[in-house]
Amino acid sequence: MSAPLKPLPAWADVALIPLINVAAAFVISGLVVLAIGENPIEAVQILITGALGDLEGIGFTLYYATSFIFTGLAVAICFHAGLFNIGVEGQAYVAGLGAALAALYLGFLPGYSLAIVAILAGALFGAAFAAIPGYLQAKRDAHIVITTIMFNYVASALMGYLLVDVLRVPGQMNAETAGFSKYAIVPQFHALLKPLGIIWPDTPFNLSFLLALACAYGCWLLIWRTRLGYAIRAVGANPTAAIYGGISPARVTILTTLLSGALAGGMAANVILGEEHRLILEYTAGFGFVGIAVALMGRAHPVGIVLAAILFGMLYQGGAELAFDKPKISRDMIVVIQGLVVLFAGALEHVFRRPVATLLARRTAQPPI
Amino acid sequence: MGFEDLVSILGSGIRLSVPLICACLAGLWSERSGVVDIGLEGKILVGAFAAAAVATFTGSAWLGLGGAILATIAVSLVHGYASIDQRANQIVSGTAINMVADGITALIGNAIWSQGGRTPQLPDTALFNAIKLPFVDALAPAPFIGPIYKHLISGHDLITYFGFACVPLTYWALYRTRFGLRLRAVGENPAAVDTAGLSVRGLRYRAVIICGALVGLSGAYLSISQAAYFQPHMSAGKGFIALAALVFAKWRPWPALATCLLFGVLDALATRLQGVPLPLVGPVPVQAIEALPYLLTVVLLAGFIGKAIPPRASGIPYVKER
Repeated sequence: MSAPLKPLPAWADVALIPLINVAAAFVISGLVVLAIGENPIEAVQILITGALGDLEGIGFTLYYATSFIFTGLAVAICFHAGLFNIGVEGQAYVAGLGAALAALYLGFLPGYSLAIVAILAGALFGAAFAAIPGYLQAKRDAHIVITTIMFNYVASALMGYLLVDVLRVPGQMNAETAGFSKYAIVPQFHALLKPLGIIWPDTPFNLSFLLALACAYGCWLLIWRTRLGYAIRAVGANPTAAIYGGISPARVTILTTLLSGALAGGMAANVILGEEHRLILEYTAGFGFVGIAVALMGRAHPVGIVLAAILFGMLYQGGAELAFDKPKISRDMIVVIQGLVVLFAGALEHVFRRPVATLLARRTAQPPI
Repeated sequence: MGFEDLVSILGSGIRLSVPLICACLAGLWSERSGVVDIGLEGKILVGAFAAAAVATFTGSAWLGLGGAILATIAVSLVHGYASIDQRANQIVSGTAINMVADGITALIGNAIWSQGGRTPQLPDTALFNAIKLPFVDALAPAPFIGPIYKHLISGHDLITYFGFACVPLTYWALYRTRFGLRLRAVGENPAAVDTAGLSVRGLRYRAVIICGALVGLSGAYLSISQAAYFQPHMSAGKGFIALAALVFAKWRPWPALATCLLFGVLDALATRLQGVPLPLVGPVPVQAIEALPYLLTVVLLAGFIGKAIPPRASGIPYVKER
């Protein structure tokens, strides 16, 4: 049906095509805004002002971005092993339980070591919850897409039960745990900067951001500079060939899902330990699914993921302001944009390849002699 | 718990299983042709919204149903284009559809009616109402048969009867017609179908359109039969339960019916057993029953009770040039 495509130049492959794909998602989003009777350009202005207009907006943007870096990395690391982990939402949710249990019941630990243990407990719970689908994929050939979807609902039911019937403070209406002690929290930047004489408005932007950046760097090191990373990429590219290279796909699958779950657990550090300071119902609020959009948009590369996470942070923060100013453009608009990004950067990523290739070929073609 | 209670639980189980059956059969058609569809959840939402919106504007349940089916076929074709022509990752495409559907139905609903995405309450005339089959009153005093006939067989709406009828129809079409044989073949070994001179693309597109029509029924049932309005996120995971049922039924129509009925009855039980202590085990948390369909599916998929093997070519784009 089609002649083979000429390979595109590297710059077009790495930058131009992804940019065109994301631009297409935003153009369609603009048309949606137009269709519901609002001005897209005005909407973008409000959105950007809301996200980056002042320090408060920037603080919230980076706070959301922190969660998205974690969930984006969690999805991306599985992409490299050829696995699609749709369960980041559930893994992050269960990770919140680990962080909360440590924060509430390990109070005897000295000083801020409690917070560090709580972060690790979150990662551990996230990894453990991801390990089950990982194990079933590796050893029992149960497709990880289906099992992780199912486990999102299992997580939701489990956490609902625990928060409503077990962990809730007696007499308390809301399904949430007791508040954490002051050593079980990840400090927020505005509190840290105050003693230094820098006034940053009160935002939930906290130290987890640095942890997220460190994780992004760690993922880059792991995937492109270590033996395990090589094994992960080998299994992702061709599991059969990997076996001939002495790599066990089953082992790599389990290790990758463990790492993925642990990264998803980073969201608990940001939201539960950094902002809420207690475990609340449905705290993940779909951010695990945003991770899919972030990973696809960032082309599963840590640098791309950090940039995409900041863009989505802007969308979430600016979108809240936008919904306030223009009630017609509710926050659901952000979910639409997110879906369109997944559609164009993921499913339809090759749609613009042929036109771009034709265009570039025409421009660089030598005149016939 | 007496006989009357049992009948009433089974009755609500049947009502709760209707959207599952329609969506599960939709997934069955698509996946049997080799197109994996995890976008059922989103399509149910689109169908539910389109049905409620069209019924609100026209006052006709039939037009609402038609609107739902057209809308879900359109969404299915997007998935089909990505999966069949663009050879995209079908999981990514399905995820995108779920996200866009979740957002856009709430967004448009909110933009038109300004009720947080909810559509206005529909009058009875714009809904599919329960149908009373003949002889209900005459049979009512009869022991056992009376209540069973009244609550389980009679008293449902057209979508329910049609949804149930789709099970034998699907079975017949897939296993007793030439089209069905070819469709199943294209999900197992598309290269063989291609060699026989049939269009892989054409067969898969037809399957995707049938999938869209069936999932439209499921959505319409939610908004213009079970409820009288559309509300954001009202599918509440039904698309994924249908997907679970499809796996559980090993991609076959009659077991799909049985599984959907089982999951529907479990759902009815979860509501009924809230806070009621069971003999021996005491009160069962509602969440445990809610999580059961998902857990059972994972256990089955892992091969601990039987083995669920998907159609061999499902999820793999067909490359003709190879």
